[in-house]
Amino acid sequence: MPSSDYDPASLPDLLPLYYRRLFPFSQYYRWLNYGGVQKNYFQNREFSFTLKDDIYVRYQSFTTQNELEKEMQKMNPYKIDIGAIYSHRPNQHNTVKSGTFQALEKELVFDIDMTDYDDVRSCCSAADICCKCWTLMTIAIRILDRALREDFGFQHLLWVYSGRRGVHCWVCDEAARKLSVAARSAVAEYLSLIKGGEETVKKVVLTDPIHPFIRESLAVVERYFPRYALQEQDILGRKESVDKVLSLVPEDILFTLQQDFQNEKKPESRWKLVRDQATKKQATAKKGQYFEKEIMLQYCYPRLDVNVSKGVNHLLKSPFSVHPKTGRISVPINLKELDVFDPFALFEQTCKYSFISFHFFTDYKRTTLAKYVKYFDQFLDAMARSWKGELLRKSDLQKEF
Amino acid sequence: MQFMSRQKKLLPNSHTELYGQCLQFYGQPPLENIALSEFETFAVERLKLLKTVENLGVSYVKLSEQYTKKLDQESKNLNFPYRSGPSEIEKRRKDHISHFILRLAYCQTEDLRRWFIQQEVDLFRYRFSYLSSKQKLEFLHKNNLQYDAISVEEKKALQDKLVNSSYAVSGITVEDQDFYKVPFQDALDLVRTRKVYLKAGYVYIPHQDIVTIILNDFRTRLSKALALTARSLPAVHSDERLQPLLNHLSHAYVGQDYSIQKNVGKISLEQIDSLSGKSFPLCMRQLHQALRENHHLRHGGRMQYGLFLKGIGLSLEQALQFWRSEFIRGKVDADKFDKAYAYSIRHMFGKEGKRTDYTPYSCMKVILSNPPSQGDHHGCPFRHSDPELLKQKLQFYKVSPSGISQILELVKGMHYQLACQKYFELTHNVSDITFSLNHPNQYFVESQKVLGGGKDIKREMDTPQRSQENSDNLTLDLIRGTGELELCEYKCIFPKAKGNIG
Repeated sequence: MPSSDYDPASLPDLLPLYYRRLFPFSQYYRWLNYGGVQKNYFQNREFSFTLKDDIYVRYQSFTTQNELEKEMQKMNPYKIDIGAIYSHRPNQHNTVKSGTFQALEKELVFDIDMTDYDDVRSCCSAADICCKCWTLMTIAIRILDRALREDFGFQHLLWVYSGRRGVHCWVCDEAARKLSVAARSAVAEYLSLIKGGEETVKKVVLTDPIHPFIRESLAVVERYFPRYALQEQDILGRKESVDKVLSLVPEDILFTLQQDFQNEKKPESRWKLVRDQATKKQATAKKGQYFEKEIMLQYCYPRLDVNVSKGVNHLLKSPFSVHPKTGRISVPINLKELDVFDPFALFEQTCKYSFISFHFFTDYKRTTLAKYVKYFDQFLDAMARSWKGELLRKSDLQKEF
Repeated sequence: MQFMSRQKKLLPNSHTELYGQCLQFYGQPPLENIALSEFETFAVERLKLLKTVENLGVSYVKLSEQYTKKLDQESKNLNFPYRSGPSEIEKRRKDHISHFILRLAYCQTEDLRRWFIQQEVDLFRYRFSYLSSKQKLEFLHKNNLQYDAISVEEKKALQDKLVNSSYAVSGITVEDQDFYKVPFQDALDLVRTRKVYLKAGYVYIPHQDIVTIILNDFRTRLSKALALTARSLPAVHSDERLQPLLNHLSHAYVGQDYSIQKNVGKISLEQIDSLSGKSFPLCMRQLHQALRENHHLRHGGRMQYGLFLKGIGLSLEQALQFWRSEFIRGKVDADKFDKAYAYSIRHMFGKEGKRTDYTPYSCMKVILSNPPSQGDHHGCPFRHSDPELLKQKLQFYKVSPSGISQILELVKGMHYQLACQKYFELTHNVSDITFSLNHPNQYFVESQKVLGGGKDIKREMDTPQRSQENSDNLTLDLIRGTGELELCEYKCIFPKAKGNIG
C-alpha cells in the first residue's frame, strides 16, 4: 500500500474548504428530498455528525437545504452519517411523547467491508487494501447489483466507495425505502452464502438443486477467479494457501489431490485437477459433490453484514462524506467504469496533498470530484422520472372527491 | 369517540352481496344493528368453536380426515358455515359479526391476542382447504391479493429455473400446477431461505404453497387490526352495556360456571385432605398443601382456593371453620381471624356487600389473570411454574416419567389445560377422557365420576346450562336490559387498517 502523505491533523484546515467549495449540497438535497413527493421527507431525516475530538451528535435534522449547508459549514463534521426518516423531526425527538417517535422509512443499504475477507486474502489484512484485493469489491458489486436488479426488481442503486476499505450500496427505490425490518433481513439472507466465523472451516455448503441465484453468482465469480485467485492471490501456489484450499475438499479426495499436487506445480493446472475430481464426484455422489464451486465462492463471494441491512434506523456513512483516517471522499461508483475504478489512482497523483486538497487546489470545474458529482446527477435524473410520475398521480387523486 | 350518523338498517339483499363469498378476511366491520342477546350468543358460540379448533389441533393432525370431520360437525352444531351453499347467508353473517365481537374481547393483552390469532388462523386454514380451485382464485382477487397465475408459455420458459429453485418442485409440478406470481414482501420466509424462484421482485409459487402465503397474510392483518382495536378500547369500556360482557367473554368459561352450589354439605372437612390428593386439579392440590404447610395463604390463593371449595360444596359455616382452624395454627389469633379474614369468606358466599364476580375461577381466568409472585401459590402450575419445579412436583406426586415428559411437551406448546387433562388421565389411570377441561371444579366433578362417586352426586351434576336464577350473572341482566346495540356506532372500534385490505 502506497505510503500516505495525508495527515489527519490537517483536517481542521481542509474541511472548511471542502464544505464551502466542494460538497455538492444541491445534488445532496435533491436526492434526500426525493422530489418532494412525500411531505416532510427531508425534514424528518436523521443525520449524525462526528465532530473534532470524537464528539458524536445524533438526531440532527434540517428544514431546508440552506439550513443544512449553514450548519455543516459551521460544525465542519469529520464524518456524516445518514439515518432514517422518522415520524417527527429528529431534532425535536425529546419533545415527542415517548413511544410515538418512530423510524418509518430508509433506503435499503448494504455494507461490504474488506476486513470480513481476511481469512481468504493474503495480500493485506485489516484496514489495508491494495489493487489485488480490490477485485473482491468488484466481484461483490457485480453479484449484488445483478441480484438486486434482476431478482428483486430494484432500479435505483447507488454504489459508494466507503473511503477506506469497502463499498456501500444504497437502494433508493420507493419500495425499498418502505421495507420492514423483516423484509430487509430476508433480502440480506437471500444474498448471503458465507456462513460461519473463525471456528468454521467450510463456510459454503451447496446442496441440490442449485438455486438460479447461486448459478448466476457463480458465473460472475468464475470470470474473475483465474486471474484474481489463482494468479494474484496465488491460492494454489504457496504451501499454507494450498493446505487451506485443500481443507475444503472432501476427505476421500484429499489424499489423491495432495499426491497429484506433488507432480503439478502450476496453479492453473492444479485447479484443473480439482475441477476434474469434482466433475467425477458429481456424476456419482449425492452429497458434497460441489466442492469446487464451494471453494470459489468461499474465496470470492461477497460477505455482507446482515445487521447493517436489517435495521430501519441504522446509520450509515453518507456519500460525499470524508473518511477522517484516509482523507478520501466517499464517492459514488459508476458501474460502467467499474473495472477501472481505482481508489488509489487519484491518490498516487497527489503525493504532496491529501485527496481533498488535491481536489481543492486544482481548477474547480475540472476537479476529479466533479466527475463523481456528474455521475450522481445522472443517478438522480433517472430517479426523478419516477418522482414526476408519483407527483402527477397524487395530484390526480386529490382532484377526485 | 366519534359517533357515526345512524345507518339505516340493512336490507336483506345487501346481505346477499356482503355475504356472497364463503370465506373472508374480516376487513370490513359489521354495520348493522343487533340485539344484545344476539350479540352475546354469537360471541359465546364463536368462542366455543374456537375452543374446539384449539383442542382438535392438539389431538389430531390439522386438516386430517378426523380433524375436518369433527370440525365440520362442531361448525354445523353451532350454526357456523362449514360447506359453501346458498343457505349460508345467515351463518356467514353470524361468522362475520361474532369475529368482530371477539376482537374486542381478545385484543387487550398479548396472551389473549396470541390465542385468538392462532385459533382464527387455524379456522381459516380449515375453511380455505375446502374451497375449489376456482373459488380460491376468486378469493385471492376479491381480496386484492395480487397473485396472478402465470401463463402456460411463461411456465414453460421458466421451467428449469422453477425446478432448480425448490426441492419440492419437479418438472411434473410445473406441468400440473398453476404457478402464482407473488410480491416478494408477501413471501419473506421463502425468500430468506432461498426456496423459491425470484424474478423482478416477484416469487413464483406453486398452488400447493399459496396457502402458506395467504395464512401469513391473514395473520399479519389480524395482528395489526387487534393492535388498533386495543387502542380504541377505552371508548368501548365507557359503554356500560358492553364492558361487563366483554370482560366475561375474555375470561369466559364456555360451559358451567359452578356458581350455583350443589351438594352443599355433602363434603365433610375431614375428607378434604384425601380429596385433595385424589380429585383436586394440580393448582388446588398445590394451594391446599401450601395452606396446610404454612397455615396461611395470601389473597390470590385464598380467592382461588376459597371459591373452588365453595364450588365443590362447602357451606359457609364449613368454610369459616376450615380457614379459621388452619390460620389459627399459624400466626393468626382467633380475634384477628374474625376481624380480618372471616369477612372476606362471608363475602365469597354473598353474605357481605355486593361483589361483582365471585364465581369460582375458570381455567382461563386462573391462567390469564393475576400471575403469582414471590410468596404466592395460586395460578396454574402448568402455566406459572418453572418447568423444573413442575417436574419435581409431578415426580413427588408419583406421576410416571413418560407421563411427566408428555405433560412437559404440552406445557412447552402452551397447552396448559391439555397438560392438566393429561395429569387427570395419569392420576386416574384412564386414557382419552371425553371432556374438555375448562374449570377446576369440572376437574373435581369428573374425577368423582371416575372414582365411582355415588349416584346422588351424578344426578346433581347434570345441568349444562348456566343458571337463570343466579342474579349475579350480569350478562342476563344485560339481556333483560335495553334491547338493541347499534354496531354502526362502534365503527370506530373496528378501525380500517391502512393498506389494501379488501
